[in-house]
Amino acid sequence: MSLLELRGISKFFGGLAALNSVSFGVNKGEIFGLIGPNGAGKTTLFNVVNGFYKPSKGEVLFNGRKISNLKPHQICGLGIARTFQVVKPLQRMTVLDNVIASAFLRAKSKDQAEEIAVETLQFSGLYDDRNIKSKSLPLGKRKRLEIARALATKPELLLFDESCAGLNPSELNESIEIIKKVRERGVTILIIEHHMKVIMSISDRVVVLNYGEKIAEGTPMEIANNPLVIEAYLGDAQSA
Amino acid sequence: MSVQIEVFLQTLIAGLLLGGLYALIGLGMTIIMGVMKIINLAHGELMMVAMYIAYWVFVLFHIDPYLSVFISMPLLFFLGVGLQKFLINPVLKVESILPENQVILTVGIGMVLSNLATIFFTSDYRSTPVDYATKAWYLTDYWKAAPFELSLSFSWTVSFIIAVIITVLLWFFLTKTDMGKSIRATAQDLDAALLMGVNVKKMRVITFGIGASLVGAAGSLFIPIYYLYPSLGGQFTLIAFVITILGGLGSTVGAIIGGLILGVFESMTATYLGMGWAPVGRFLIFVAALIFLPGGVASLLRRKRFGK
Amino acid sequence: MKRFLPLIILALLVILPLIGLSTYMMHIVILVIMWSVIGMAWNLLGGYCGQVSFGHAAYFGAGAYTAGILYFKLGLSPWWGLPLTIIVVTVVSLFIGFLCLRLRGPFFALATLAMGEVFRVTSENLVDFTGGDLGILIQERTWVEKIWYYYIILFIAAGTFFLIKKVIESKLGYYFVAIREDQDAAESLGINTTLYKTIALCLSGILTGFAGAFYTNYMGYIDPKVVFALHDISIVTIMVVMVGGVATYWGPVIGAIIMVFLAEIIRSIPWLGVAHHTFFGILLIVIIIFLSNGIAGDFPKIKRLFRIRGTS
Repeated sequence: MSLLELRGISKFFGGLAALNSVSFGVNKGEIFGLIGPNGAGKTTLFNVVNGFYKPSKGEVLFNGRKISNLKPHQICGLGIARTFQVVKPLQRMTVLDNVIASAFLRAKSKDQAEEIAVETLQFSGLYDDRNIKSKSLPLGKRKRLEIARALATKPELLLFDESCAGLNPSELNESIEIIKKVRERGVTILIIEHHMKVIMSISDRVVVLNYGEKIAEGTPMEIANNPLVIEAYLGDAQSA
Repeated sequence: MSVQIEVFLQTLIAGLLLGGLYALIGLGMTIIMGVMKIINLAHGELMMVAMYIAYWVFVLFHIDPYLSVFISMPLLFFLGVGLQKFLINPVLKVESILPENQVILTVGIGMVLSNLATIFFTSDYRSTPVDYATKAWYLTDYWKAAPFELSLSFSWTVSFIIAVIITVLLWFFLTKTDMGKSIRATAQDLDAALLMGVNVKKMRVITFGIGASLVGAAGSLFIPIYYLYPSLGGQFTLIAFVITILGGLGSTVGAIIGGLILGVFESMTATYLGMGWAPVGRFLIFVAALIFLPGGVASLLRRKRFGK
Repeated sequence: MKRFLPLIILALLVILPLIGLSTYMMHIVILVIMWSVIGMAWNLLGGYCGQVSFGHAAYFGAGAYTAGILYFKLGLSPWWGLPLTIIVVTVVSLFIGFLCLRLRGPFFALATLAMGEVFRVTSENLVDFTGGDLGILIQERTWVEKIWYYYIILFIAAGTFFLIKKVIESKLGYYFVAIREDQDAAESLGINTTLYKTIALCLSGILTGFAGAFYTNYMGYIDPKVVFALHDISIVTIMVVMVGGVATYWGPVIGAIIMVFLAEIIRSIPWLGVAHHTFFGILLIVIIIFLSNGIAGDFPKIKRLFRIRGTS
């Protein structure tokens, strides 16, 4: 049984189909990549899994249980955490407070929340910045804060939304390392990424969306050689 | 039986005439909200200012209130431009914990305006007693065999007609002129407008001016039929909001429909429930619209067009 | 030392009346303390949780009328209004919250404004129940000297201050601020934003309601235009917090002191008195543009301003 399963997920906005009958499953322990040209519906898909949108059709199952009609905070409670493409730090709070706030989900007391927060910050390499107001952080560290916050909720599945966009090469390598470390902790990862290098080097399997539909699924090798995928990306480049 | 129909129709007509004027107030606000995403809680006070202008112009120079439209509209335009340039724009740049600064600012502006009016003009009720105030057209004068009597008050009707004319002119301005199109572009997509070379700052200032002048016109059109006192701004601000939300943010067609709906609703409430409950009715529509139809009538129209 | 500051100030306030203040000054101080309560209550919902309410008069008036109606219709002492406020205002808060909390930002502000006015107009119209525009007059005043009223409101204020401090330092406080900073992020982190916003609203409402019930007992007369007033209650509440300092513990207290004293000064100068809304309006505008986090919130800015003045 997959950890996360999407069955025939469609999402309509007015007359526009942002997602059309998308189905796939993510297995426990894998790093599963979600790629596709801009506007393919990747973030919309995250919003559906995360609970911000209700699917117009289809179901989302987590550990075999239907979650499509639950609210985002309930879905987080069940074990799915997410980061946002445009990072959302709790700006006027310090780095530490940001993570304490999310640690309260699992902690029974403030002291316990602080413990979880400290441990998570050390894991993410942000411990030294813990008392800085999060709005003063540079982009790379903000992205790591997103990850730290999500981890503090002790998820089984982490939805990473374009965590590597806008980073320089060394920040990029750091990010890849962190993603691998997160998987080693036992967290399954579903990641949206535009950086081909990142996706191809860390994903176990990949699914490709184009215009809201799934056009391919397989290992990175298989995807890289898939003519449909190539056309989707090149076609995009050609018309640009 | 025919008495009931008569009462109903009379109430309906009164409501529509009122609604036309209301629409003018709502149009001003929806344009401001649509283009600048600014919530102007001083809208009613702007109308109050216009009404005082019309009043004094009548008392001092014996200019008919309807003609004073030509005076109040430009004056309000400049007042709006001034407020936008010197107070609202600076506030938009300020960073603070509470995001609702701009709303609070307009509350402050409203307080100052209405209090200044109280100081200078006292809170006495004022009106412009024009000689045609009681003139009306009666259905039975034109249709002798009418089953019931209906009357159209002269001043209400003229106000309504002028309101319609102004609305049509506004429509032409927004759809046919370059500046109007720039304003609509700024309302729909700020970044795209910027990219297309629209001077967004200027558009904002002008839009506030236009919004203010529309409500200024409404003021001139209202004074023949309404009492004037400094604190009447509040209820008109509320009316403007109800219409804007009911009609759909930024939608001119929505504001017109919303105005008519509100006018009829209030007329019905006044006839069948009593005057005191009218404000409650307004608030309830407001909250109901915010909750159940946040996109307003405009979103209903849009849904019909896309057939979903 | 800083930790004991609140207790020190409380101790000073307890001794204050014993040094012998005039009746007028006692009245002013009682007003200041009452407005501190309202300000702190509003600050909890607005400053810390980010939901800017323009209709706090609804809770103040609800508390005031709870006390008033107990006397007017049931012949009971209006002091029973204080404990009963908890139940009544919780219901009011849940009602308003249910309607308004689903709205974001400025729309929440507008909806709460509308609700405040609904309560006002309703109480004006339900003449049999509330006495309508004539209001409710309490014939038998409990005490003539102000000192007992002073200690009661001081007790309420101290309780409010320490309660809010405890709340902000707890999980609730973190959740409130998370919701303020980014509601969607908070949702995704497992925070039931609807629940917590409602809790903030109810707490804020109840504390404001206490001030209202106290007001009825202290002033001895209430009517809808006074206790449900948009400008004189709801807007002044916002001003108290904005001037004093949003999202700080002492801000509302500072704001209450400034606003009450300012109001009294303006009222006492004859030709200025009628313009007091103008002054408040201008003050509001100035604060919004130059010192939008209030005195306590923007304190660094103030320090910088004086330092520049000093060197030049």
